[in-house]
Amino acid sequence: MIDFGFGLSRSSAVRLDEVDLSLYKRLEELEPQVRTCIGCGSCSATCTAGPWSGMSIRKVILNLQRGRDIEKMLSNCMLCGKCTMVCPRGINTRHLILSLCRIYEKK
Amino acid sequence: MDKVLIIGGGIAGMEAAGQLLKLGYEPVIAEKEDHLGGHVAGWHKLFPDMMDASALIEQLASKLDGATVYLRTRVAYMNRLKDGYSVMLSNGTGLVCRAVLIASGFRLFDAAKKEEYGYGVYDHVITNSDLEAWFNGVEDFRVPENPRHIAFVHCVGSRDLKAGNPQCSKVCCMTAIKQAIEMKEKFPDAEIWCFYMDLRLFGKKYEDFYINAQRDHGIHFVRGRVSEVGEDIDGRVVLKAEDTLAGTQVKLKADLLVLMAGMLCNEDTATIASMVRAAVDSDGFMRSRDNIYRINESNRPGIFFAGACTGTKTVPETVAEARAAALDIHNYLSGND
Repeated sequence: MIDFGFGLSRSSAVRLDEVDLSLYKRLEELEPQVRTCIGCGSCSATCTAGPWSGMSIRKVILNLQRGRDIEKMLSNCMLCGKCTMVCPRGINTRHLILSLCRIYEKK
Repeated sequence: MDKVLIIGGGIAGMEAAGQLLKLGYEPVIAEKEDHLGGHVAGWHKLFPDMMDASALIEQLASKLDGATVYLRTRVAYMNRLKDGYSVMLSNGTGLVCRAVLIASGFRLFDAAKKEEYGYGVYDHVITNSDLEAWFNGVEDFRVPENPRHIAFVHCVGSRDLKAGNPQCSKVCCMTAIKQAIEMKEKFPDAEIWCFYMDLRLFGKKYEDFYINAQRDHGIHFVRGRVSEVGEDIDGRVVLKAEDTLAGTQVKLKADLLVLMAGMLCNEDTATIASMVRAAVDSDGFMRSRDNIYRINESNRPGIFFAGACTGTKTVPETVAEARAAALDIHNYLSGND
């Protein structure tokens, strides 16, 4: 290869056809309700930890679907369960977070 | 001459009655309220042409000469005969008819059930239907004189499993945009905010309204569902939501909050259905033979549907269905099936 003296920066686009969905698939098995999320943001709007820590259960689910790591975000959850109360699809988000912690424990 | 019982004197019942008269039948309308026109009678203007709702009701009523109309009347019971139905109305009238049209419509979701939005609790929270009444001149102390911020919340009691209604009420997106524009015209200095999950603007000219709202009226659209509403010391409503596109929590202190209450199946529908053993669908509305080709037909002979008793409908859809139902009834009664 000829060295032109400059390189191409890696594209930051998520390649949907190459995404590693193994974590999300495991979550789907434990929490089938996760598939019904419509990303309305009720959970993150009501999240007590969100504004200070960047925790957002909506982003957690979306990032998993895009094969991204969410462990750090997860550690900011205080498990207060307010998000579960406001979800219009009735997803037990608090339980979902606990399942995610279990998945990360086994990883 | 054949009598046809029409249950419900909203726009579906009125239009069907008018068409059945033209076809030579004797329609009998049983309406539980004290006026014809149903929900539309309390509305101000109809999208997309901004036609006066009262003008539509007048037009429909003008074609009812010769129809029997019973107000404040419900169906007490209906029995299947060999070839038709024996009906007793709550006013003591009995009739025998071979065809019955169920046009019992919908009911508006009771916004007070979504306690987190504070309807009936805070001073400046109203529904879409309250706002139309206010447009029609009904006094409402909850609407402030010079609002600086007005918020509309979409999907109140729609697409909400916990509110018992997973369905989309479909007309509220368009109604919110229509009402937002009307409010902006009344209060040009006010900032107007629409909180939505998805904007469903499927109908003719609906998208034009959306573009007008953005371009000509500067109405703000925030993609996020309001999770809770409070009240501050000055009596303003405080909304909390996530702007999901920006990924940040947002708060808004508004002088007026309008909740877009959704459409649910009428409570009476199940009662009426059980009298003739017509099927109720999984969404609580009446079940049509199919949802493509035979929306007006039930699973029982001689029982027909029109309008929002089978699901959420717009005004033009309801009127068109009522016309179709009248023709279906005519074909059924004249043996053209």
